[in-house]
Amino acid sequence: MKYLSDVTTLHLFDDRCTGCGMCAVVCPHGVFAMDNGLARITDRDACMECSACSRNCPEEAISVQAGVGCAQAVISGALGRSSACCDLEVHETNLSDCAPNEAGCEDVKKPRSLNGSGCC
Amino acid sequence: MSDSSCPSQTCCTDAESKIASTSLLGTRKDLPSSVIGEVMTPIGPVPRVSTDMSTGDRLGIWKVRWGIGRMSYIVAPGLYSLGEPDAGSEVLVTANYRMTFDLLRRSLQDINVWILVLDTSGVNVWCAAGKGTFGTDELVRRVESSNIGAVVNHQRLIVPQLGAPGVAAHEVRERTGFRVFYGPVEMKDIPAYLENGRRATPAMRRKEFPLTERAALVPLELVPASKWVVIATLVFALLGGIMGGDSFASDALSFGIRSFALLVLGTFVGTILTPVLLPWVPGRAFALKGAITGVAASFVLLTSGYLSGLDGMAWLLLITATSSFLAMNFTGSSTYTSLSGVKREMRIAVPAQIGASVIAVVLWVSAFFTSGGTV
Repeated sequence: MKYLSDVTTLHLFDDRCTGCGMCAVVCPHGVFAMDNGLARITDRDACMECSACSRNCPEEAISVQAGVGCAQAVISGALGRSSACCDLEVHETNLSDCAPNEAGCEDVKKPRSLNGSGCC
Repeated sequence: MSDSSCPSQTCCTDAESKIASTSLLGTRKDLPSSVIGEVMTPIGPVPRVSTDMSTGDRLGIWKVRWGIGRMSYIVAPGLYSLGEPDAGSEVLVTANYRMTFDLLRRSLQDINVWILVLDTSGVNVWCAAGKGTFGTDELVRRVESSNIGAVVNHQRLIVPQLGAPGVAAHEVRERTGFRVFYGPVEMKDIPAYLENGRRATPAMRRKEFPLTERAALVPLELVPASKWVVIATLVFALLGGIMGGDSFASDALSFGIRSFALLVLGTFVGTILTPVLLPWVPGRAFALKGAITGVAASFVLLTSGYLSGLDGMAWLLLITATSSFLAMNFTGSSTYTSLSGVKREMRIAVPAQIGASVIAVVLWVSAFFTSGGTV
C-alpha cells in the first residue's frame, strides 16, 4: 500500500553519510538502500516521516520533519486541544539543517503533552 | 493462578512454596499477574514471567481493543526474566503497555531472556517512540536503575525496530556502553532473529498492514464514532418531528429510525468496510477511499429504490461525507501515512466533507417542502 506521492520532508545529505547503514536497518518501509557503501533513498514516497532514520544517524546526514500521520491529531491540534490520540510533531529532528523557508519547517511545534496516551 | 483479578502477592505462594516471604512476590504489589516466580541474580531476585496467556490476559486484550481501560493497562517498569536466563542471555527492551508485554511473553516460548520494561505510561512501543517516551533518555535511565550491567556479562540491548523513532542507538552506547541491536518489527520474528545471531531478514524489517491488523483496529474507530451517530440521529428526529406532516412523536420516531439506519450505514462503510478493503479501494488518500465506498453504498440504496429524489441526494452526500471523514481518521491507525500527506489530503477533504454535509442538510430540509412532509 502506497500513500501520497511527493509529500515527505525527508532529506539525505549525501556528503555527510559515512555508510553505517543504520537508516536502512531502522526504516520500516524500506526507503533506504546501501549503494557502494553509502546510503541512498530508493523509495522516497514510502516515507512516513517517523524519523527513525534521522534519530539513528550518527552523522546527522538525514533530516525529516517528524510527525504522526493521524488526521484526528491534526484536527485536535487545529482546535487547540491535546488529542486523546497522538500529539503531533513531538520531537524535532535535525531542524538546523532545514532552511527557514523550506516547506514544512515553519510550523514545528513543541510537545503539547507527553503523558496524553496512546492511539495509533 | 495468573488471572488478572488475582492479587500477585497472594496467588503464587501456594504453588511456589519455596519462595520466601521476603521475596519479590511477597513485597511488590505492582508486579503483573503473569509473574510466576523469580530468578536469583547478583543484584537480587528478578521476577520471572510466564509465556502462557491466562483467560484474564485474553479478556484484557479484548477489552483494550474496544478501548476499555486502554490508558491504564500497564505493567510495572523494570527488569523481568523469562525462562531461565543467565549472564549471557539477551536483554529485550519493551514498553509497559500490558498488551505489548503480554504478547511479547507469548511470542517467546522456550527462550531464555531478560526483559527490560521502559515506562511509557502504558503506551505501545511505536506510539511511545513517536512521542519520545520510549526514548534514549528513558532507556538510559532504566539501564542504570535496573542495574542490568551487573546481571549480564555482555553489553547488548535488543530494542524493537519500531522503537527507533525515539531511541538513538549511538547515544545509548555513548551514555551507557550498551550497544543497541534493533530487533524485528513483529514479535513473532523474535525467535528467528535470535536464532540467526541477531540478524533480521529484509522482510522482518518491514511494517506491513495486513487484514487481521486492520480488522483488529476497527473497534477503536467504531466506538467514538457511535457517539456522533446518536447525536446526529437525535437532531434528525427533532427536525423531522417539527417539520413532518404527522404528530411530533410519530414523525420524530419514524425520521429518527430512518436517519439512524442511514447514519449507521455511513459509519460502517467508513470504519469497517473501508479499512477492511483498504488496499483494493481506488485512490491513495484515505478521505478519497472513504468517499468512494460511501458513494458506492449510496448507489446501492438509490438503485434499489430505498432512496430517491431530493432526500436521496441528501443521504448520498451525507453517507459519503461521513464515510470519507471516518476513513480519513483511520490514517491514525494505519502504519504508513505521513503527517505531511495527512495534512495535504485534509486541506481538500475537510472543506469538501463540511460542504457536502451542509448541502445535504439543505436538501433534506427542502425535501419536506416538495414532498409535503412525507418520505
